[in-house]
Order: sequence, then structure tokens, then C-alpha cells
Amino acid sequence: MKIMIEIFDLEFMQNAFLAGTMLSLVLAVVSFFVVLRRLSFVGVGIAHSAFGGVALGSLLGISPTLTAVGFAVVVANAIGYIGKQGKLSTDTTIGIFFSLSMALGVIFIGMSDQYNVDLFGYLFGNILAITRQDLIIIAVLGGLVLISTVLFFKEMLFVAYDQEVALVSGMPVAFIDHFFLTILALSVVISMKIIGIILVSALLVIPGAAASQLTRRYVSMITISISIALISTIGGLIISYYADLASGAIIVTLASFIFFLAFTVGQLRK
Amino acid sequence: MKAKVTDTVDDVLVYLNDVWVAYDGKWVLKSIYFKCYAGEIFGIVGPNGGGKTTLLSVILGLIRPEKGSVKLFGQTPGKRSRLEIGYLPQVSHADRTFPVSVLDVVLMGLYSRLGLFKRPDRNNKQVAMDLLSQVNMADHAKKPFSVLSGGQQQRVNIARALASKPKLLVLDDPSTGVDSVAQEDFYELLAKFRNEQGISVIMVSHDIGVITSHADRVACLNIQLHYHGEPDSCFTPEIQQSVFGKDVKVIVHDPKCVTCYHRHEDHD
Repeated sequence: MKIMIEIFDLEFMQNAFLAGTMLSLVLAVVSFFVVLRRLSFVGVGIAHSAFGGVALGSLLGISPTLTAVGFAVVVANAIGYIGKQGKLSTDTTIGIFFSLSMALGVIFIGMSDQYNVDLFGYLFGNILAITRQDLIIIAVLGGLVLISTVLFFKEMLFVAYDQEVALVSGMPVAFIDHFFLTILALSVVISMKIIGIILVSALLVIPGAAASQLTRRYVSMITISISIALISTIGGLIISYYADLASGAIIVTLASFIFFLAFTVGQLRK
Repeated sequence: MKAKVTDTVDDVLVYLNDVWVAYDGKWVLKSIYFKCYAGEIFGIVGPNGGGKTTLLSVILGLIRPEKGSVKLFGQTPGKRSRLEIGYLPQVSHADRTFPVSVLDVVLMGLYSRLGLFKRPDRNNKQVAMDLLSQVNMADHAKKPFSVLSGGQQQRVNIARALASKPKLLVLDDPSTGVDSVAQEDFYELLAKFRNEQGISVIMVSHDIGVITSHADRVACLNIQLHYHGEPDSCFTPEIQQSVFGKDVKVIVHDPKCVTCYHRHEDHD
């Protein structure tokens, strides 16, 4: 008990818990749509593109979060735009952008003579890294993602349900597509310090996927998705503190474990 | 309803004038002339790859033709004309797990009329429930959409398509994925909405029998529209050959034929 109180007393752990709670809400809601729209691989692609942005920030000596936002938003919408032209499948486009962004990242790192950015932390998550400034960024961008999702919820649900029918009935499908890619990019960037670029794509999928095994109603699917994200993130942070292992890896392992549990329950109930 | 000598804008809901569409330099629709009048059920039948879905996309305003002109309700297709169309895609089994209730699906049909940022209220829910009653699905309103049979899903989709009070229903192969008994019920519903509310219907199908027994007029499409007229005289041997090829024998399913009627359920 004493030990548990101790970790809540530490400022960096308080920051990590606060960040983790906010991120759980954002990622769980976004993963609901990622799973329904079958865009898991888009999430992976956008997450990796953030690496190029982080490296660019490090090269220019400005906030890596800022450059990562720009990079990820541009790449996400480019994937959406090229995918719409119809000559290439979306996974081909993602395959190209994904590797291009990683390659640019490596070039930028090679060009910069200073190694003041903890790249390993950005890739796999580091709970020690969360500052007060990061909390503000997470709160502002995360809040933006959540509020706009609430505002466009019915349009996003209809487009996810049937894009063609939604288009014919007058829904702004192209706008919703780019809007969704943009909030996907923002969710990735605010998660990269605590969960990491490589691992955040897992949390863009697992909470929604696990929830889909347990319910056929969207309100309960979102609620369950949020609960799973919260349990994985908070639980993962605590374990990661005591085990002294990368926070992102523990969070994703815990979330995957919950997914397999949900999958089994879903199968048994059939 | 038959073609008139002079057409007014109100009579002609859809007018395609010499429409040509190409994909990758190959014509998929050639010189299509097409008119759909208010209050008629128009069937389009043809082989796979004959351009049925492309023609529907042109009518829905999703594809712009290379040549020719399209008028919907007397206007160039756009967002406003789309509000007047209820669209039913094929019953798809791809998304059997989508987490929405039957009522949610019907409410989606009201979304575009509601506009941005507005949620369906109690009145909208009442409208949706009334539509579900009209298609005999009110008892299923709270069930997950994914547990319904193909035929039930189709009824709910009709309710959804009717929610925006369209003048025209466009159906993509309504006989796919639905058993024959449910099909009969479905076409009875279509006729009911046409007779009571004057809603026009354009449907494409690979199933000649279904089209000929339920449409007022039929066209056969294989890149070109081969016929335009009453269903009974549609399938001359020449037309069958040019649309479906030499080796295909077309059995027209006549609903007035007694022997055929009794064996109805044996048919696919």
C-alpha cells in the first residue's frame, strides 16, 4: 500500500497518469472508428510517418511535437487523397509513405549533429518524458479530437456504415474522410511520447477490436473501448514503473491480453 | 406509365441523353438514351460487366459521363437532387457485425435532412418507427441490424431510403442475398409505395424473371441499351443473344404461369 501511494506522489508519475487517462479517452474513441472502417493499416502508416516529423524537429532545433503534427497530418491526408484517385490501392499508398517518412527520419537524424532528442523514447514510449507542457498539448489536441468527433459523430457513423449510401444521401463523405485522417494523425502525435510511434498503432486498433467482440451496440462498444484503453494504460504505467520497462510495450501487451480475453468470451457466447 | 409525346419536367425524373462512359480508354456505356417517368417501376437487366452498376452511378450522379447529358428532376445532378433519391445497395454480408440497431439504420436516412451538428430527436424517432411499421419491421426496432435475415435487412433499408421522402428509389440488384419468398414480399412493398405515394423505382438485376414480372418497363443493358419498352415483348431471341451471348438460354419467369408459380420456391 505504501509503495502504491509512493508512485502517485511522484510528479512524473502524476503527469504520466494524467496523460495516460486523457490518451485512453482519445485513442479508444478513435479506435472505434478505425475498427469499423477497417483502417488499421492507415493507423500504422500515419504513426510511422510521425517519426520523420520528430527527426525534422530535432534537426531544426524546434519542438518535435510541432513538426510531427505537421508531418503526420500532411502524410495522412496525402494517403487519403492518392487513395481517392483510384489507380492505387490504399495499402500500396501507405506502404510508400510509411517507408518514405521513416527514411526521411533517418536522413534528418544523420544531418543533425546533436543527439538531444530521445529517439528511443519516441519510438517505444517513455513515462519519464512527460512534461507539464506535454500535458497541455495532449489536453488541447486531445480535447479538439474528442469535441470534433462528438460534433461529427452521426456523419462519421453513417460513412463508416456505408460510404456509398452516405454519399448518395448527401453526406459530406470526402470531408469526413479527411477529417478522420486528420484526427487519426493528431491522436498518434499526442500519444508518441508515452506509448511510442511503433506501438501507438496497436492502441488505435485493440480497444475497438476487443469491444467489438463483446457487443453489437455502438454506445456500449465505445464505453467498453474506453474502459479497455484505461485499464491497459493505467495498469501498464504501474507495471512499467515497477518492472522498469518501456511503458508503451507494457501497455500494448496488456491491451493485447485483454483483446484475447474478449475474443475468447465472444467466441464462447456465440 | 407510357412515354408521352410531350414530356414536362415533372413527368421525367431521370433523363440520360446520349451518355457515354469509359474506364481506362474502354467504353463501358455507349450512347445511352434513358428516361424514367414519375410513378413507374423501371427494370434494367443485363450480364455482369454489362455496365449496370455504372449506369446506376451515372443516374445517382456519382460518375460524370465523357459525353452526353444527365438531368435529374430537370436539373444537373448535384447535392440537392441527391436528397430526392433513396438508394438501396445490394444486401451485403461484408459488415455483418456493424454495431447499430434497426432503428439506428432508419435514422441514418434522416441525417442529411437534419444537417450538421444536429442529433435525431423524439420526432425523428417517431418518423423512423412509422416507416418501420410500414415495412412490418417495427417489432424489430431495437434489435441489432446484423442479426436480421437478408430479406429483413432489405425491408429496413427500404425504410431508411424512404426516410428522406425521396421521389425516386434506386435499387442495385435487389434479388441478391434474399430468398425467393422474401423477394416476393419485397416487390409487393415496392408496388405499394409506388401506388400509394407515387414513388418511382429504377432497379438493375441479373435476374430476368424478377425484372420482367415486377417492372412496368424493362431495358436490357450490355454496354448499349438494347430494349426500351414493355416487359412482355422484351426478350426476343435476337435481344437475348446480343445481351447474354449465344450459348445462354434465358428462361423468363412468368408470374402468370400456374405451373411456374407453384414451383416458385425451387427457383433461386
